[in-house]
Amino acid sequence: MNYDIILAGVGGQGVLSVGAIIAQSAMKSGFFVKQSEVHGMSQRGGAVLANLRISDSEIASDLIATGTAAMVLSMEPLESLRYVGYLAPDGELVTSKNPLENITDYPDVEEVYAQIRKIPKSTLIDSLALARDAGSLLATNMVMVGAAAHALPVPESTITKTISEVFARKGERVVETNLKAFDLGMQAGQARQAG
Amino acid sequence: MTERVLLGDEAVAQAAIDAGVSAAYAYPGTPSTEILEYILDWTRKHGRPHASWCANEKTAYEEALGVSFMGRRALVTMKHVGLNVAADPFMNSPLLDITGGLVLGIADDPGMHSSQNEQDSRFYADFARIICLEPANQQEAYEMTREAFDLSERFQIPVMIRLVTRLAHSRAAVEGAAPIPERPLEKCTRRGGWMLLPAMARRNFASLIERQTDIREYAEGAPHNALRINGARVGVITTGIARNYYRENVAEFDNEPSHLHIGAYPIPVGKVRRLVESVDRVVVVEEGYPYVERYLRGLIDPGVEIVGKVDGALPVSGELNPDNIRPALGLPTRSGIVLDGLTLPQRPPQFCKGCGHADTYAFIKAVIEEIGDATVTSDIGCYALGALPPYQVPETIVDMGASVSMAKGAAEAGGKNIIAVIGDSTFLHSGVTPLMDAVVAGADMTVVIVDNMAVAMTGGQETLYPSSELTNIVKGVGVDPEHVVVLEAHRRKHEENMAALKKELSYKGVSVVITVRECVETARRAARNKES
Repeated sequence: MNYDIILAGVGGQGVLSVGAIIAQSAMKSGFFVKQSEVHGMSQRGGAVLANLRISDSEIASDLIATGTAAMVLSMEPLESLRYVGYLAPDGELVTSKNPLENITDYPDVEEVYAQIRKIPKSTLIDSLALARDAGSLLATNMVMVGAAAHALPVPESTITKTISEVFARKGERVVETNLKAFDLGMQAGQARQAG
Repeated sequence: MTERVLLGDEAVAQAAIDAGVSAAYAYPGTPSTEILEYILDWTRKHGRPHASWCANEKTAYEEALGVSFMGRRALVTMKHVGLNVAADPFMNSPLLDITGGLVLGIADDPGMHSSQNEQDSRFYADFARIICLEPANQQEAYEMTREAFDLSERFQIPVMIRLVTRLAHSRAAVEGAAPIPERPLEKCTRRGGWMLLPAMARRNFASLIERQTDIREYAEGAPHNALRINGARVGVITTGIARNYYRENVAEFDNEPSHLHIGAYPIPVGKVRRLVESVDRVVVVEEGYPYVERYLRGLIDPGVEIVGKVDGALPVSGELNPDNIRPALGLPTRSGIVLDGLTLPQRPPQFCKGCGHADTYAFIKAVIEEIGDATVTSDIGCYALGALPPYQVPETIVDMGASVSMAKGAAEAGGKNIIAVIGDSTFLHSGVTPLMDAVVAGADMTVVIVDNMAVAMTGGQETLYPSSELTNIVKGVGVDPEHVVVLEAHRRKHEENMAALKKELSYKGVSVVITVRECVETARRAARNKES
């Protein structure tokens, strides 16, 4: 079993922390994991891409091949489109629908949504609204982890355990907010699946 | 043993710690930075080994040499271009009587994710006649670094660990081996072993050349250089992480090629010969320059067809990946979804919101627009982003410190209103020495030190000196104190700052304008740490 995820977003959006939660959860479930990250210049507000590979056997390449990824998980809608070429034919695109318009030539966002909807399995998540409902915009990333959860080869309880551990240092309230964000994200992701 | 999830960089660091390293030195540089960061963090918790950031890669390398001279193990790390700065001690060090293991951890950046070029450090290892180990994954990064210290002591040479970005910045589980204690303080006492006076250097060089036979024998027998001949008429040679991309595709062959993987250099010539003799066609897949491939081809191609970067079958620049090696292997290209009807705009990196560099460029740009004729040289760091819209102020970005030296040259060529824009840490790394040249020559130029109180681009490490010391350093070098001006890099001071820069540009001599504002990233982090 291989489960390859392209993680996308804009530098500063926390792409790496999303990857870390999923990677740690996968390892807890006994999988091999490799996570290739981007550090340095691109982290300054530029397009950021990480490759997260999960497998039940040893993983060779740090990079995912074209047309083979199980999921593109993106913190930003335009960025999700940059990497659709990596998706396997039955791959899934899960993205926040909230644009980050830090460039002057950002396309019409409806056009971006239209392109995303052309992908057979695609889900747009209002991650900011759900994070706000959870209690903090800082929890946007955990909404997106939640939105991906239905498809991950990792039990939900393992992910919530990881979230609790990772945020424990910041106190109980932060843990609760992030767990709630995860839960709201998961409901949104599942609702889309059901529909 | 202990299993940890580590970046390739961190695997090197953990291995050095477990190998009983006594000291580690570095100058931050992507993608190598996390090696020393990990050791610094370890040292904060455990007290040992000694670890510190240095002024630049040259001083870092020499400090490591000092440790080795005292018989103890040392690690020095840098990015590929850092080795250009450290090339002087590096090239001389194989001639020294190394008894305390000396390991150079170097991270190349093919694809130039955060670099000015994609030079391949294996050429340096060859140039210096030392061993280079090239891990393909995090576990090998750990094991090879452990081994590198032993090899360094066995052959009395520094040993290079060559990482590339994809390994340096990729995480996986790493199994550690039992740690060993630091070596005792035991200074090398052989007269001449550490003195490169010509007569002694000649003797030491002869000894280095003599040891090459043993070094080659090591590489020939090293398990990192694994040869499997299976009767196929096609052979594949992979080096370092290229093996990963090959493995990703190998299941698709009907007849799997014979395969030689090279992870330890010098190139294992015997194994290469055995592979080549058994095939009609050999494909060489290596991350970086066509180093092995060019050796293989020599000046005159052998009778075997060689496929690689030289003939264009593989891309000669940029990174390899599981896709772009397929044509060379004779496999069909893979396809994926292609967007129809929407061209995606690029999203290049940019200044953070509230960055002082942006406000500095805003007033420099306004001054230039007013005075018309000006020349701006710049340097390596976050502030290089000022070359992109909307500022587009810098005209040159070459190497660490070159803004200052090039400004002097530009002034001496007859240019007017010459401005060198350099960051605080880059100035300390390599800007002070050219400033001495400029002061002595009385060059007509203005150095703008954009001081954000941090080594920001590489993640906000502390600068060597605190910001407040910069004026003393500049004055100490001999810049007229009347023309050392400190400004606040903030838009509310825009007019004031413009006036100050114009005044210094009109001064016929070296002036230094320091624009100060803490990096927003490090300020935010400091605030967070205070909270928790």
